[in-house]
Amino acid sequence: MTQISVLIVGIILIVLITWWFFGKHQVETKEAKMEQSKQIIDIKVDGGYSPEQVIVKKGIPTELRFTKLDNSSCLDHVVFPDFGINQALPQDQTTSIMLNTEESGEFEWSCGMNMFHGKLIVK
Amino acid sequence: MNLSITKRFFISLFLTFPLLVEMILMPLGWSLPGHNLIAFLLTTLIMLLSAQPFWRSAWSASKKHHANMDTLVAVGTATAYFYSIYAMLFHQPVYFESAAVVTTFVLLGQVFEERMRKQAANATEKLLKLQAKSALVWRAGQYITLPLAEIQINDQVKVLPGEKVPIDGVVIDGHSSIDESSITGESLPIEKQVDDPVIGATINTNGTLIIKVTKTQNETMLQQIVDVVKKAQVSRAPIQKLTDKVSDVFVPIVLIIAIITFLAWYLALHLPVGQSLSYSVAVIVIACPCALGLATPTALMVGTGRSAKMGILIKNGDVLEIAENIKTVVFDKTGTITQGQPLVTDVFGSNKNSIIQLAASLEQLSEHPLAKAIFNAGHDAKITTLPVNNFQSLTGIGAQGMIQDHSIVLGNNQILSSDTKISNDFIQKTVQLEAEAKTIVYLSVDAVVIGIIAIQDIPKTSSKAAIAMLKSRGIKTVMLTGDNQGVAKNIGQSVGIDQVIANVLPTEKAETIIQLQKSGTVAFVGDGINDAPALTTADLGIAMGSGSDIAIDSGDIVLVKNDLQDVTRAIEISQKTFHKIKANLFWAFIYNIIGIPIAAGVFTNSGLTLSPELAGLAMAFSSISVVFNSLLLNETRIQ
Repeated sequence: MTQISVLIVGIILIVLITWWFFGKHQVETKEAKMEQSKQIIDIKVDGGYSPEQVIVKKGIPTELRFTKLDNSSCLDHVVFPDFGINQALPQDQTTSIMLNTEESGEFEWSCGMNMFHGKLIVK
Repeated sequence: MNLSITKRFFISLFLTFPLLVEMILMPLGWSLPGHNLIAFLLTTLIMLLSAQPFWRSAWSASKKHHANMDTLVAVGTATAYFYSIYAMLFHQPVYFESAAVVTTFVLLGQVFEERMRKQAANATEKLLKLQAKSALVWRAGQYITLPLAEIQINDQVKVLPGEKVPIDGVVIDGHSSIDESSITGESLPIEKQVDDPVIGATINTNGTLIIKVTKTQNETMLQQIVDVVKKAQVSRAPIQKLTDKVSDVFVPIVLIIAIITFLAWYLALHLPVGQSLSYSVAVIVIACPCALGLATPTALMVGTGRSAKMGILIKNGDVLEIAENIKTVVFDKTGTITQGQPLVTDVFGSNKNSIIQLAASLEQLSEHPLAKAIFNAGHDAKITTLPVNNFQSLTGIGAQGMIQDHSIVLGNNQILSSDTKISNDFIQKTVQLEAEAKTIVYLSVDAVVIGIIAIQDIPKTSSKAAIAMLKSRGIKTVMLTGDNQGVAKNIGQSVGIDQVIANVLPTEKAETIIQLQKSGTVAFVGDGINDAPALTTADLGIAMGSGSDIAIDSGDIVLVKNDLQDVTRAIEISQKTFHKIKANLFWAFIYNIIGIPIAAGVFTNSGLTLSPELAGLAMAFSSISVVFNSLLLNETRIQ
């Protein structure tokens, strides 16, 4: 009896893991808010990035404000390969990254170990 | 509470120590008095102070449907810890030390890894530190010390002997020799006088210079180099796409394998719960996605950083894979293989000094490249020029004028009109020099040729060695030029090039490269200013800089120093970096592919098992070894 219930629990766990991590889930997306001559987005760094997807307008300087709350060493840098940015994010602080979003397109960013990802969409 | 990784490690190490001692002494029959309770208390403290951030981070990540390294550590330690509490209450064997030791080892790994990652990434910071902090700037009638940010274009700056040139500029007074090795990698100091450009962050050795600033702090060559390197360091090598895919699914799959491991041991092989769990904890702990994630970026960082120090700027990660497959290197002739400026190579006649003196005097006013070569030859021989009367430029022929009441004519064979006398010696010499693909200029005094001057755009001193280096690597070398076949062949032979393609118009260069690409990957080496189409057409564009004139925007690789041997070095360091990435990826994959089955107990029958503690140690060292392996790129030998 115990054996069968252990087996069932195990299988349920496997199914849950598969659904939770591999299933399709909505990505948290946010649009930039305008402030004077630039657009600003606050991004919380805690077990990944929230929002994970950021939409900004083309041609207006963009400021991304990363606030790192997570202690993980994986997230201690944020990397924008297309912009040549590899910025350290000190713990419990907000770090601003200025981007020149002159071209429209989708630009990925990631953590220093390329485990967590985010996407900047310039429209 | 947010403690640094280092603090968390030391707390964990201190609290784990009694458990480690016990683990070692246990086989000798000694165990900690009141083991369970002490182990419980120590481990609880470790979990609270050192492991809790892993749990927190794993939790926030999983809320977003993500899993990473922290997820594995958190699940592994939490399983061992909470099961042990349960086991303690029901008087079964406990595994507190697994949770404690794994935490300590994982943190140990992270402490090392953090240090080494910093070391791998600091190449650009080191470059920027080369800059002087302040400069002596002329303001309101005197030189005052100002920070670099306040310097403007056209400011006058004084550079004292032994000091760094603060910013890019042009010498307007004084002369000195400057050590440019920090920027170009060139080891010999370079003489600078009025009108010569100087580069910020190079070292002024012996004289005082006054310079006029030509670039602001954010536009200097150093800043441009730093920008290129920064960009290259975070660029993605195509090979990385594979790991991107793997790392997305890696952690959840490991969790599933761990559950299957537990089920197999507990249900099929009837092992007690505790031991079955210990196998699955080992699986979770040994799996290391970090090593996979770090394999490419760390090697790229170290490789591009090292090459920048040698004056070779690799623009991005794509370059590495292309360099690996180069079959043909095509060189532009003028300015790349050759100096780009004609030089006087031979002076023939009875009084060489007087020939040069007369010729240089006549040409001092001319701007023609050949005239410049002659004037420079006079300058180098420290000859004083004589006054010229009735100077007249003969288009397409040369020049003539009166010097000390003699009629002097300098020009090509068209000056040998019927009334100009020339001896047989000169005619023979001319034939010989023309065979060497040199341009001949005749000097006649009162209608008698008294000397001939041979001029040639000679190959750079480094060209021959550079081409030999490429050939020794099995790479075919080709020279492209607009010159006629004779001149081109001669230069090609003197530097040992495999194939010469002559009579190529500048607009046809890209076309020729497409032809050559049919037989393999082609690299093109040009000066980066006139050769932009060819540089982009070739699979790999290598732009050569000359002095401070660097076309940083063109080419996939930019050579700061005007030394052709850097072409081979650039290819070599690209290949070595690429090999390093491949080796890193190989070890990171193999480690996981072999490590996980061992930890799961697949080889238990042959006596090969891994406790969670050892699995934690192995995990820590796998990511350290990847970073360490990348750092070794700093030490490899480059020709």
